[in-house]
Amino acid sequence: MRAPPFSLLSFLGPGFRRGWPLTVAVAAFGIPFGFLARDAGMGPVAPVVMSATTFAGSAQFAAVSILGAGGTIAAAVGAAALLNGRYVPIGLSVASVLGGPWWRRALLAQLVVDESWAVANRGDGRIDRDVLVGAGVLLWLGWVGGTLLGVLGASVLPDPETLGLDAAFPALFLALLAPQLRSRPNLAAAAGGAAIALALHPFAPAGVPIIAAAAACLPGAFLRGERS
Amino acid sequence: MTEGWVVVGLVGGLTVAFKALGPVVLGGRPLPPALTGALALLAPAVLAALLVTQTFGAEGGLVLDERALGVGAAAVVALTWRRAPTLLVIALAAAVTAVARLLGLGG
Repeated sequence: MRAPPFSLLSFLGPGFRRGWPLTVAVAAFGIPFGFLARDAGMGPVAPVVMSATTFAGSAQFAAVSILGAGGTIAAAVGAAALLNGRYVPIGLSVASVLGGPWWRRALLAQLVVDESWAVANRGDGRIDRDVLVGAGVLLWLGWVGGTLLGVLGASVLPDPETLGLDAAFPALFLALLAPQLRSRPNLAAAAGGAAIALALHPFAPAGVPIIAAAAACLPGAFLRGERS
Repeated sequence: MTEGWVVVGLVGGLTVAFKALGPVVLGGRPLPPALTGALALLAPAVLAALLVTQTFGAEGGLVLDERALGVGAAAVVALTWRRAPTLLVIALAAAVTAVARLLGLGG
């Protein structure tokens, strides 16, 4: 399968293969984001720039909805910051596989998004760097491309809720989680994370339950010896 | 609109910093074993949290609505058929949710 002219980019192949079904879903969600953002008065360019730089769907939806509803800049930025706070521990988990000078590590880290990180996770805690980068590049193109379609007047699209798209994202996380549930520590961490998030959701601002749920991984610090 | 651009700049800057923090500070080096052990469980913990909040979460509380039917159907497939194509799992959840809404099921 390795054609010499593409050998420089051949390391992207595994990530493309793992990432393309997710990219279809992510691009499909970029369209309503672009439409909503333009509708919120952001113009056609700012939403695309936001997707290219922030590259994190839920935070972008939150910030734009708050602006569109007449909320303050502080409220929009605060909500997005809380939603993206999970990328601090997620970034830590990929740090050991990203090498090179600091600017290269910072750049590669931008390809980390829930979906690329999840497919790159081998289930035993190790991260496949090539899958992370390949899937990240593809997902980035899908997200930015979807946003572009949305701002270019995808107003003819039906309401995302009519299509059941609001259930597509939890299902995507389910599909990413299912292969990780093969060991008992992983099962316990998933149950713990779900319980923490559900308990906090009614009271805490959006995003905080996810950051708190990350704490369900902490018992793993004492399990190292038992894992192969 | 300037307001929009300010939000784009601030959210973008913060997110870039969040994502880069770990790799810039600790990148390319092996982490302490205890931290590695904990981070090995980060994916199931965070993915499960995203799954349940997006399935049951509503403004200020938890609800059982058409999304739960769709995600439930997807869960049956994903957990019984190990190699189920991701797109099939996602499309099934969306389709079941859409049909349930059309029929006025679930809340």
